[in-house]
Amino acid sequence: MAKYLLLKHYRGAPAPVNDVPMDRWTPEEISAHVQYMNDFAARLEKTGEFVDGQALAPEGAWVRYDGEGRPPVTDGPFAETKDLIAGWMVIDVDSYDRAVELAGELSAAPGAGGEPIHEWLEVRPFLAAPPTVSE
Amino acid sequence: MDEALLRSLIPGVIGTLVRRGADFAAAEDAVQDALVEALRAWPADPPRDARGWLVTVAWRRYLDAVRADAARRRREDRVEEEPAPGPAPAADDTLQLFFLCAHPSLTPSSAVALTLRAVGGLTTRQIARAYLVPEATMAQRISRAKRTVSGVRFDQPGDVATVLRVLYLVFNEGYSGDVDLAAEAIRLTRQLATAVDHPEVAGLLALMLLHHARRAARTAPDGSLVPLAEQDRGRWDTAAIAEGVGILQAALARDRLGEFQAQAAVAALHADAPTAEETDWVQIVEWYDELVRLTGSPVVRLNRAVALGEADGPRAGLLALAELDASLPRYAAVAAYLHERDGDLATAARLYAEAAHKAPDLAERHHLTRQAARLNSRGSR
Repeated sequence: MAKYLLLKHYRGAPAPVNDVPMDRWTPEEISAHVQYMNDFAARLEKTGEFVDGQALAPEGAWVRYDGEGRPPVTDGPFAETKDLIAGWMVIDVDSYDRAVELAGELSAAPGAGGEPIHEWLEVRPFLAAPPTVSE
Repeated sequence: MDEALLRSLIPGVIGTLVRRGADFAAAEDAVQDALVEALRAWPADPPRDARGWLVTVAWRRYLDAVRADAARRRREDRVEEEPAPGPAPAADDTLQLFFLCAHPSLTPSSAVALTLRAVGGLTTRQIARAYLVPEATMAQRISRAKRTVSGVRFDQPGDVATVLRVLYLVFNEGYSGDVDLAAEAIRLTRQLATAVDHPEVAGLLALMLLHHARRAARTAPDGSLVPLAEQDRGRWDTAAIAEGVGILQAALARDRLGEFQAQAAVAALHADAPTAEETDWVQIVEWYDELVRLTGSPVVRLNRAVALGEADGPRAGLLALAELDASLPRYAAVAAYLHERDGDLATAARLYAEAAHKAPDLAERHHLTRQAARLNSRGSR
Protein backbone atom coordinates (compact mmCIF):
# COMPACT_ATOMS: atom_id res chain seq x y z
CA MET A 1 0.00 0.00 0.00
CA ALA A 2 2.14 2.76 -1.28
CA LYS A 3 1.62 5.44 -3.82
CA TYR A 4 3.90 5.97 -6.78
CA LEU A 5 4.08 8.65 -9.42
CA LEU A 6 4.67 7.44 -12.98
CA LEU A 7 6.10 10.54 -14.58
CA LYS A 8 6.27 11.06 -18.30
CA HIS A 9 9.09 13.33 -19.49
CA TYR A 10 9.36 14.40 -23.11
CA ARG A 11 12.85 15.73 -22.67
CA GLY A 12 15.44 14.86 -20.11
CA ALA A 13 14.83 11.11 -20.21
CA PRO A 14 16.98 8.75 -22.27
CA ALA A 15 15.73 8.48 -25.88
CA PRO A 16 12.92 5.94 -26.30
CA VAL A 17 13.42 3.02 -28.67
CA ASN A 18 10.60 3.92 -31.06
CA ASP A 19 11.53 7.61 -31.21
CA VAL A 20 9.26 9.08 -33.90
CA PRO A 21 7.60 12.40 -32.93
CA MET A 22 3.86 12.04 -32.52
CA ASP A 23 3.05 14.45 -35.35
CA ARG A 24 4.69 12.00 -37.77
CA TRP A 25 2.38 9.17 -36.74
CA THR A 26 -0.75 8.32 -38.68
CA PRO A 27 -4.04 9.53 -37.14
CA GLU A 28 -4.97 5.90 -36.49
CA GLU A 29 -1.70 5.37 -34.61
CA ILE A 30 -2.47 8.38 -32.44
CA SER A 31 -5.96 7.06 -31.74
CA ALA A 32 -4.53 3.65 -30.85
CA HIS A 33 -2.07 5.31 -28.48
CA VAL A 34 -4.78 7.35 -26.72
CA GLN A 35 -7.01 4.28 -26.51
CA TYR A 36 -4.19 2.30 -24.91
CA MET A 37 -3.73 5.01 -22.26
CA ASN A 38 -7.47 5.13 -21.51
CA ASP A 39 -7.73 1.36 -21.34
CA PHE A 40 -4.73 1.21 -19.04
CA ALA A 41 -6.30 3.70 -16.61
CA ALA A 42 -9.64 1.89 -16.76
CA ARG A 43 -7.96 -1.43 -16.03
CA LEU A 44 -6.12 0.03 -13.03
CA GLU A 45 -9.39 1.36 -11.70
CA LYS A 46 -10.79 -2.17 -11.92
CA THR A 47 -7.85 -3.61 -10.00
CA GLY A 48 -8.30 -0.92 -7.35
CA GLU A 49 -4.89 0.65 -8.01
CA PHE A 50 -5.74 3.88 -9.84
CA VAL A 51 -5.44 7.21 -8.04
CA ASP A 52 -5.00 9.93 -10.63
CA GLY A 53 -3.84 10.64 -14.16
CA GLN A 54 -3.28 14.07 -15.67
CA ALA A 55 -1.70 15.57 -18.75
CA LEU A 56 0.02 18.94 -18.71
CA ALA A 57 0.21 21.67 -21.34
CA PRO A 58 3.77 21.75 -22.68
CA GLU A 59 4.39 25.41 -21.94
CA GLY A 60 4.40 27.08 -18.56
CA ALA A 61 5.80 30.20 -16.95
CA TRP A 62 8.24 30.69 -14.07
CA VAL A 63 6.79 32.69 -11.21
CA ARG A 64 8.35 34.10 -8.07
CA TYR A 65 7.61 36.42 -5.16
CA ASP A 66 8.92 39.94 -5.68
CA GLY A 67 8.47 41.57 -2.28
CA GLU A 68 5.71 43.05 -0.16
CA GLY A 69 2.95 44.80 -2.12
CA ARG A 70 4.40 43.96 -5.52
CA PRO A 71 2.88 41.59 -8.06
CA PRO A 72 4.72 38.30 -8.61
CA VAL A 73 7.41 38.32 -11.27
CA THR A 74 6.83 36.01 -14.21
CA ASP A 75 9.34 34.83 -16.75
CA GLY A 76 9.09 32.64 -19.80
CA PRO A 77 7.66 30.59 -21.31
CA PHE A 78 10.95 29.31 -22.67
CA ALA A 79 11.02 27.41 -25.93
CA GLU A 80 13.92 25.18 -24.89
CA THR A 81 13.92 23.90 -21.31
CA LYS A 82 16.04 21.00 -20.24
CA ASP A 83 13.03 18.99 -19.18
CA LEU A 84 9.41 18.85 -20.21
CA ILE A 85 6.93 16.99 -18.07
CA ALA A 86 4.04 15.78 -20.21
CA GLY A 87 1.87 14.20 -17.58
CA TRP A 88 1.62 11.64 -14.86
CA MET A 89 -0.29 8.79 -13.39
CA VAL A 90 -0.54 8.11 -9.67
CA ILE A 91 -1.04 4.50 -8.55
CA ASP A 92 -1.62 2.89 -5.16
CA VAL A 93 -0.04 -0.58 -5.12
CA ASP A 94 1.12 -3.28 -2.73
CA SER A 95 4.80 -3.20 -3.68
CA TYR A 96 7.57 -1.42 -5.55
CA ASP A 97 7.78 -4.41 -7.89
CA ARG A 98 4.14 -3.93 -8.85
CA ALA A 99 4.79 -0.22 -9.55
CA VAL A 100 7.67 -1.15 -11.88
CA GLU A 101 5.53 -3.81 -13.59
CA LEU A 102 2.77 -1.27 -14.28
CA ALA A 103 5.21 1.39 -15.49
CA GLY A 104 6.57 -1.23 -17.91
CA GLU A 105 3.07 -1.85 -19.26
CA LEU A 106 2.35 1.85 -19.62
CA SER A 107 5.61 2.28 -21.51
CA ALA A 108 4.45 -0.34 -24.02
CA ALA A 109 1.83 2.07 -25.43
CA PRO A 110 1.84 1.79 -29.24
CA GLY A 111 3.46 4.52 -31.36
CA ALA A 112 4.60 4.76 -34.96
CA GLY A 113 3.91 1.59 -36.95
CA GLY A 114 1.79 0.34 -34.05
CA GLU A 115 4.99 -0.71 -32.29
CA PRO A 116 5.48 -0.05 -28.54
CA ILE A 117 7.26 3.26 -28.01
CA HIS A 118 9.33 1.88 -25.11
CA GLU A 119 9.38 5.36 -23.60
CA TRP A 120 11.15 5.88 -20.30
CA LEU A 121 8.88 6.64 -17.35
CA GLU A 122 10.19 7.85 -14.05
CA VAL A 123 8.83 5.93 -11.03
CA ARG A 124 8.89 8.00 -7.84
CA PRO A 125 7.51 6.88 -4.46
CA PHE A 126 5.33 9.32 -2.51
CA LEU A 127 6.52 10.38 0.90
CA ALA A 128 3.80 9.07 3.19
CA ALA A 129 2.75 10.02 6.70
CA PRO A 130 4.88 8.53 9.48
CA PRO A 131 3.89 5.06 10.75
CA THR A 132 2.20 4.75 14.15
CA VAL A 133 4.68 2.21 15.52
CA SER A 134 8.01 3.95 15.62
CA GLU A 135 10.45 1.66 17.41
CA MET B 1 -26.31 8.45 16.88
CA ASP B 2 -23.59 6.16 18.20
CA GLU B 3 -21.68 5.32 15.04
CA ALA B 4 -19.30 2.92 16.81
CA LEU B 5 -22.27 0.94 18.12
CA LEU B 6 -23.82 0.87 14.66
CA ARG B 7 -20.59 -0.36 13.14
CA SER B 8 -20.10 -3.05 15.80
CA LEU B 9 -23.40 -4.61 14.68
CA ILE B 10 -22.32 -5.03 11.05
CA PRO B 11 -20.46 -8.39 11.24
CA GLY B 12 -23.37 -10.04 13.06
CA VAL B 13 -25.85 -8.75 10.49
CA ILE B 14 -23.73 -10.11 7.62
CA GLY B 15 -23.55 -13.43 9.48
CA THR B 16 -27.32 -13.55 9.83
CA LEU B 17 -27.83 -13.01 6.11
CA VAL B 18 -25.26 -15.66 5.25
CA ARG B 19 -26.95 -18.19 7.54
CA ARG B 20 -30.26 -17.41 5.86
CA GLY B 21 -28.74 -18.53 2.58
CA ALA B 22 -27.19 -15.42 1.05
CA ASP B 23 -23.66 -15.77 -0.29
CA PHE B 24 -21.06 -13.60 1.39
CA ALA B 25 -20.57 -11.12 -1.46
CA ALA B 26 -24.29 -10.42 -1.88
CA ALA B 27 -24.88 -10.30 1.89
CA GLU B 28 -22.01 -7.84 2.35
CA ASP B 29 -23.32 -5.58 -0.42
CA ALA B 30 -26.83 -5.60 1.07
CA VAL B 31 -25.53 -4.80 4.55
CA GLN B 32 -23.40 -1.96 3.18
CA ASP B 33 -26.56 -0.53 1.58
CA ALA B 34 -28.39 -0.85 4.89
CA LEU B 35 -25.47 0.83 6.68
CA VAL B 36 -25.49 3.81 4.33
CA GLU B 37 -29.26 4.03 4.80
CA ALA B 38 -28.86 3.89 8.59
CA LEU B 39 -26.26 6.69 8.58
CA ARG B 40 -28.78 8.79 6.64
CA ALA B 41 -32.00 7.94 8.47
CA TRP B 42 -31.07 7.23 12.10
CA PRO B 43 -30.06 10.72 13.25
CA ALA B 44 -33.65 11.95 12.63
CA ASP B 45 -35.45 8.68 13.31
CA PRO B 46 -33.50 6.26 15.53
CA PRO B 47 -34.89 2.69 15.58
CA ARG B 48 -35.82 0.97 18.85
CA ASP B 49 -34.02 -2.24 17.85
CA ALA B 50 -30.92 -1.24 15.87
CA ARG B 51 -29.82 -4.75 14.99
CA GLY B 52 -33.33 -5.83 13.97
CA TRP B 53 -33.64 -2.72 11.77
CA LEU B 54 -30.35 -3.50 10.01
CA VAL B 55 -31.30 -7.16 9.43
CA THR B 56 -34.71 -6.22 8.01
CA VAL B 57 -33.39 -3.50 5.70
CA ALA B 58 -30.39 -5.54 4.57
CA TRP B 59 -32.53 -8.60 3.90
CA ARG B 60 -34.94 -6.50 1.84
CA ARG B 61 -32.02 -5.07 -0.14
CA TYR B 62 -30.68 -8.56 -0.65
CA LEU B 63 -34.03 -9.79 -1.98
CA ASP B 64 -34.28 -6.76 -4.28
CA ALA B 65 -30.82 -7.52 -5.67
CA VAL B 66 -31.63 -11.18 -6.18
CA ARG B 67 -34.88 -10.35 -7.94
CA ALA B 68 -33.14 -7.82 -10.15
CA ASP B 69 -30.62 -10.40 -11.19
CA ALA B 70 -32.30 -12.63 -13.74
CA ALA B 71 -29.49 -15.14 -13.61
CA ARG B 72 -30.28 -15.75 -9.99
CA ARG B 73 -33.98 -16.26 -10.64
CA ARG B 74 -33.88 -19.89 -9.58
CA ARG B 75 -32.67 -19.03 -6.13
CA GLU B 76 -35.76 -16.97 -5.41
CA ASP B 77 -37.80 -19.98 -4.35
CA ARG B 78 -35.38 -20.56 -1.55
CA VAL B 79 -35.20 -17.00 -0.29
CA GLU B 80 -38.70 -15.75 -1.03
CA GLU B 81 -40.19 -16.57 2.35
CA GLU B 82 -38.47 -14.76 5.14
CA PRO B 83 -37.11 -17.22 7.70
CA ALA B 84 -37.22 -16.54 11.42
CA PRO B 85 -34.17 -14.56 12.56
CA GLY B 86 -33.19 -17.37 14.95
CA PRO B 87 -30.52 -17.13 17.65
CA ALA B 88 -27.49 -15.13 16.58
CA PRO B 89 -24.08 -16.52 17.52
CA ALA B 90 -22.58 -13.09 16.84
CA ALA B 91 -19.10 -13.82 18.19
CA ASP B 92 -18.65 -16.78 15.82
CA ASP B 93 -19.87 -14.75 12.86
CA THR B 94 -17.42 -12.00 13.68
CA LEU B 95 -14.51 -14.43 13.87
CA GLN B 96 -15.48 -16.09 10.58
CA LEU B 97 -15.68 -12.70 8.92
CA PHE B 98 -12.23 -11.77 10.25
CA PHE B 99 -10.83 -14.99 8.75
CA LEU B 100 -12.55 -14.52 5.41
CA CYS B 101 -11.49 -10.87 5.04
CA ALA B 102 -7.86 -11.71 5.87
CA HIS B 103 -7.80 -14.80 3.65
CA PRO B 104 -4.25 -15.61 2.45
CA SER B 105 -5.35 -15.36 -1.21
CA LEU B 106 -5.89 -11.60 -0.77
CA THR B 107 -3.20 -8.97 -1.20
CA PRO B 108 -2.54 -6.91 1.95
CA SER B 109 -4.33 -3.82 0.62
CA SER B 110 -7.39 -5.87 -0.42
CA ALA B 111 -7.54 -7.63 2.94
CA VAL B 112 -7.33 -4.29 4.74
CA ALA B 113 -10.11 -2.74 2.64
CA LEU B 114 -12.41 -5.74 2.98
CA THR B 115 -11.84 -6.00 6.73
CA LEU B 116 -12.61 -2.31 7.25
CA ARG B 117 -15.84 -2.64 5.30
CA ALA B 118 -17.25 -6.05 6.29
CA VAL B 119 -15.98 -6.22 9.88
CA GLY B 120 -15.40 -2.55 10.60
CA GLY B 121 -18.68 -1.37 9.11
CA LEU B 122 -17.06 1.57 7.35
CA THR B 123 -18.47 2.86 4.10
CA THR B 124 -16.48 2.62 0.89
CA ARG B 125 -16.24 6.41 0.85
CA GLN B 126 -14.76 6.53 4.36
CA ILE B 127 -12.19 3.86 3.51
CA ALA B 128 -11.29 5.63 0.25
CA ARG B 129 -10.75 8.91 2.09
CA ALA B 130 -8.66 7.26 4.79
CA TYR B 131 -6.32 5.81 2.17
CA LEU B 132 -6.42 8.85 -0.15
CA VAL B 133 -7.67 7.04 -3.24
CA PRO B 134 -10.78 7.75 -5.36
CA GLU B 135 -13.99 6.13 -4.15
CA ALA B 136 -14.38 4.27 -7.48
CA THR B 137 -10.92 2.73 -7.03
CA MET B 138 -11.71 1.59 -3.49
CA ALA B 139 -15.09 0.18 -4.60
CA GLN B 140 -13.30 -1.88 -7.25
CA ARG B 141 -10.63 -3.00 -4.80
CA ILE B 142 -13.34 -4.27 -2.47
CA SER B 143 -15.45 -6.03 -5.10
CA ARG B 144 -12.32 -7.64 -6.53
CA ALA B 145 -11.39 -8.86 -3.05
CA LYS B 146 -14.88 -10.32 -2.66
CA ARG B 147 -14.55 -12.16 -5.97
CA THR B 148 -11.19 -13.53 -4.81
CA VAL B 149 -12.73 -15.11 -1.71
CA SER B 150 -16.02 -16.10 -3.37
CA GLY B 151 -15.04 -19.77 -3.39
CA VAL B 152 -14.05 -19.81 0.29
CA ARG B 153 -16.62 -21.35 2.61
CA PHE B 154 -17.85 -18.94 5.27
CA ASP B 155 -17.42 -21.44 8.11
CA GLN B 156 -13.93 -22.54 7.10
CA PRO B 157 -11.45 -22.21 9.98
CA GLY B 158 -8.75 -19.60 9.47
CA ASP B 159 -5.42 -18.49 10.86
CA VAL B 160 -5.42 -15.84 13.58
CA ALA B 161 -1.93 -14.74 12.54
CA THR B 162 -3.12 -13.50 9.13
CA VAL B 163 -5.90 -11.49 10.81
CA LEU B 164 -3.38 -9.93 13.19
CA ARG B 165 -1.14 -8.87 10.31
CA VAL B 166 -4.07 -7.09 8.66
CA LEU B 167 -5.05 -5.30 11.87
CA TYR B 168 -1.44 -4.27 12.44
CA LEU B 169 -1.35 -2.75 8.94
CA VAL B 170 -4.50 -0.76 9.67
CA PHE B 171 -3.04 0.49 12.95
CA ASN B 172 0.30 1.42 11.48
CA GLU B 173 -1.12 3.32 8.53
CA GLY B 174 -0.22 6.95 8.88
CA TYR B 175 -2.97 8.43 6.75
CA SER B 176 -6.31 9.41 8.10
CA GLY B 177 -9.35 11.15 6.71
CA ASP B 178 -12.43 11.50 8.86
CA VAL B 179 -11.72 8.01 10.20
CA ASP B 180 -9.08 7.48 12.86
CA LEU B 181 -7.48 4.28 11.56
CA ALA B 182 -5.43 3.67 14.70
CA ALA B 183 -8.53 3.90 16.90
CA GLU B 184 -10.44 1.76 14.42
CA ALA B 185 -7.70 -0.90 14.53
CA ILE B 186 -7.91 -0.93 18.33
CA ARG B 187 -11.70 -1.29 18.21
CA LEU B 188 -11.42 -4.21 15.75
CA THR B 189 -8.68 -5.92 17.76
CA ARG B 190 -10.84 -5.64 20.90
CA GLN B 191 -13.67 -7.23 18.92
CA LEU B 192 -11.34 -10.03 17.78
CA ALA B 193 -10.18 -10.54 21.38
CA THR B 194 -13.78 -11.16 22.50
CA ALA B 195 -14.29 -13.63 19.63
CA VAL B 196 -11.13 -15.69 20.10
CA ASP B 197 -8.88 -16.45 23.06
CA HIS B 198 -5.28 -16.18 21.82
CA PRO B 199 -2.25 -14.64 23.58
CA GLU B 200 -1.01 -12.96 20.39
CA VAL B 201 -4.36 -11.19 19.93
CA ALA B 202 -3.88 -9.87 23.45
CA GLY B 203 -0.26 -9.02 22.57
CA LEU B 204 -1.29 -6.98 19.55
CA LEU B 205 -4.04 -5.20 21.49
CA ALA B 206 -1.52 -4.31 24.22
CA LEU B 207 0.99 -3.12 21.62
CA MET B 208 -1.60 -0.88 20.02
CA LEU B 209 -2.80 0.58 23.32
CA LEU B 210 0.76 1.29 24.48
CA HIS B 211 1.70 3.10 21.26
CA HIS B 212 -1.63 4.89 21.01
CA ALA B 213 -1.09 6.15 24.56
CA ARG B 214 1.87 8.21 23.38
CA ARG B 215 0.16 9.70 20.38
CA ALA B 216 -0.50 13.17 21.79
CA ALA B 217 3.17 13.49 22.77
CA ARG B 218 4.54 12.23 19.45
CA THR B 219 3.91 15.39 17.44
CA ALA B 220 4.69 19.02 18.22
CA PRO B 221 2.00 21.63 17.51
CA ASP B 222 3.72 22.38 14.16
CA GLY B 223 3.33 18.72 13.14
CA SER B 224 7.00 17.81 13.57
CA LEU B 225 7.99 14.48 15.13
CA VAL B 226 9.05 14.40 18.78
CA PRO B 227 11.43 11.48 19.43
CA LEU B 228 10.62 9.17 22.34
CA ALA B 229 13.43 10.52 24.53
CA GLU B 230 12.19 14.11 24.19
CA GLN B 231 8.47 13.46 24.64
CA ASP B 232 6.56 15.11 27.47
CA ARG B 233 5.65 11.96 29.38
CA GLY B 234 2.98 13.88 31.26
CA ARG B 235 0.99 13.85 28.03
CA TRP B 236 0.98 10.06 27.76
CA ASP B 237 -2.42 8.46 28.30
CA THR B 238 -1.91 6.65 31.61
CA ALA B 239 -5.26 4.81 31.45
CA ALA B 240 -4.37 3.30 28.06
CA ILE B 241 -0.90 2.37 29.38
CA ALA B 242 -2.39 0.68 32.46
CA GLU B 243 -4.84 -1.26 30.31
CA GLY B 244 -2.11 -2.27 27.82
CA VAL B 245 0.25 -3.42 30.58
CA GLY B 246 -2.53 -5.40 32.28
CA ILE B 247 -3.50 -7.17 29.04
CA LEU B 248 0.16 -7.89 28.25
CA GLN B 249 0.92 -9.34 31.70
CA ALA B 250 -2.06 -11.69 31.48
CA ALA B 251 -0.93 -12.81 28.02
CA LEU B 252 2.72 -13.33 29.03
CA ALA B 253 1.60 -15.41 32.04
CA ARG B 254 0.27 -17.99 29.61
CA ASP B 255 3.80 -18.68 28.44
CA ARG B 256 3.08 -18.77 24.72
CA LEU B 257 5.32 -15.94 23.59
CA GLY B 258 4.89 -14.44 20.14
CA GLU B 259 6.07 -11.50 18.12
CA PHE B 260 3.37 -9.05 19.19
CA GLN B 261 3.70 -9.84 22.89
CA ALA B 262 7.46 -9.24 22.67
CA GLN B 263 6.96 -5.96 20.81
CA ALA B 264 4.39 -4.92 23.39
CA ALA B 265 6.87 -5.78 26.15
CA VAL B 266 9.37 -3.30 24.64
CA ALA B 267 6.64 -0.65 24.45
CA ALA B 268 5.64 -1.40 28.06
CA LEU B 269 9.21 -0.88 29.29
CA HIS B 270 9.28 2.54 27.60
CA ALA B 271 5.88 3.36 29.07
CA ASP B 272 7.07 2.31 32.50
CA ALA B 273 10.04 4.72 32.63
CA PRO B 274 9.23 8.00 34.40
CA THR B 275 12.04 9.70 32.43
CA ALA B 276 13.97 8.67 29.31
CA GLU B 277 17.12 8.27 31.46
CA GLU B 278 15.39 5.69 33.67
CA THR B 279 14.52 3.39 30.73
CA ASP B 280 15.48 -0.22 31.43
CA TRP B 281 17.53 -0.71 28.25
CA VAL B 282 19.07 -3.98 29.46
CA GLN B 283 15.62 -5.60 29.58
CA ILE B 284 14.70 -4.03 26.25
CA VAL B 285 17.76 -5.64 24.65
CA GLU B 286 16.62 -8.99 26.09
CA TRP B 287 13.21 -8.57 24.49
CA TYR B 288 14.84 -7.71 21.17
CA ASP B 289 16.87 -10.92 21.51
CA GLU B 290 13.56 -12.77 21.83
CA LEU B 291 12.21 -10.93 18.81
CA VAL B 292 15.29 -11.82 16.74
CA ARG B 293 14.76 -15.44 17.77
CA LEU B 294 11.04 -15.29 16.86
CA THR B 295 11.26 -13.39 13.58
CA GLY B 296 14.89 -13.23 12.41
CA SER B 297 13.91 -9.85 11.00
CA PRO B 298 16.77 -7.50 10.01
CA VAL B 299 14.61 -4.54 11.08
CA VAL B 300 14.43 -6.03 14.58
CA ARG B 301 18.22 -6.40 14.59
CA LEU B 302 18.50 -2.74 13.70
CA ASN B 303 16.27 -1.77 16.63
CA ARG B 304 18.31 -4.07 18.82
CA ALA B 305 21.48 -2.19 17.83
CA VAL B 306 19.86 1.06 19.05
CA ALA B 307 18.87 -0.56 22.35
CA LEU B 308 22.34 -2.06 22.75
CA GLY B 309 23.84 1.40 22.16
CA GLU B 310 21.81 2.66 25.11
CA ALA B 311 22.45 -0.35 27.36
CA ASP B 312 26.18 -0.91 26.72
CA GLY B 313 27.27 2.34 25.09
CA PRO B 314 27.45 3.59 21.49
CA ARG B 315 30.50 1.47 20.60
CA ALA B 316 28.55 -1.70 21.34
CA GLY B 317 25.68 -0.38 19.23
CA LEU B 318 28.01 0.43 16.33
CA LEU B 319 29.55 -3.06 16.52
CA ALA B 320 26.08 -4.64 16.30
CA LEU B 321 25.24 -2.30 13.44
CA ALA B 322 28.38 -3.31 11.51
CA GLU B 323 26.95 -6.83 11.12
CA LEU B 324 23.84 -5.54 9.33
CA ASP B 325 23.09 -4.67 5.72
CA ALA B 326 23.59 -0.93 5.16
CA SER B 327 20.71 -0.84 2.69
CA LEU B 328 18.15 -1.49 5.46
CA PRO B 329 15.57 1.27 5.89
CA ARG B 330 16.67 3.66 8.67
CA TYR B 331 20.18 2.18 8.80
CA ALA B 332 21.75 5.58 8.16
CA ALA B 333 19.56 7.25 10.79
CA VAL B 334 20.60 4.69 13.42
CA ALA B 335 24.27 4.99 12.42
CA ALA B 336 24.05 8.79 12.66
CA TYR B 337 22.57 8.63 16.16
CA LEU B 338 25.17 6.15 17.43
CA HIS B 339 28.06 8.15 15.94
CA GLU B 340 26.74 11.32 17.55
CA ARG B 341 26.60 9.62 20.94
CA ASP B 342 30.10 8.33 20.31
CA GLY B 343 31.29 11.93 19.81
CA ASP B 344 31.99 11.75 16.06
CA LEU B 345 29.83 14.73 15.12
CA ALA B 346 31.12 15.20 11.56
CA THR B 347 30.25 11.62 10.61
CA ALA B 348 26.92 11.91 12.42
CA ALA B 349 25.99 15.08 10.52
CA ARG B 350 26.85 13.49 7.19
CA LEU B 351 24.83 10.37 8.03
CA TYR B 352 21.82 12.39 9.25
CA ALA B 353 21.77 14.19 5.90
CA GLU B 354 22.05 10.87 4.07
CA ALA B 355 19.25 9.41 6.20
CA ALA B 356 17.03 12.44 5.49
CA HIS B 357 17.54 11.90 1.78
CA LYS B 358 16.27 8.30 2.13
CA ALA B 359 13.47 8.97 4.63
CA PRO B 360 10.16 7.32 3.67
CA ASP B 361 7.97 10.09 5.06
CA LEU B 362 8.04 13.85 5.22
CA ALA B 363 7.95 14.26 9.01
CA GLU B 364 10.94 11.96 9.39
CA ARG B 365 12.82 13.70 6.61
CA HIS B 366 12.32 17.05 8.29
CA HIS B 367 13.33 15.62 11.64
CA LEU B 368 16.56 14.12 10.26
CA THR B 369 17.39 17.27 8.28
CA ARG B 370 17.04 19.26 11.52
CA GLN B 371 19.41 16.82 13.25
CA ALA B 372 22.01 17.33 10.51
CA ALA B 373 21.51 21.11 10.64
CA ARG B 374 21.86 21.13 14.44
CA LEU B 375 25.27 19.44 14.20
CA ASN B 376 26.41 21.42 11.16
CA SER B 377 25.59 24.77 12.78
CA ARG B 378 27.50 24.05 16.01
CA GLY B 379 30.81 25.46 14.74
CA SER B 380 29.29 28.65 13.35
CA ARG B 381 27.71 29.79 16.62
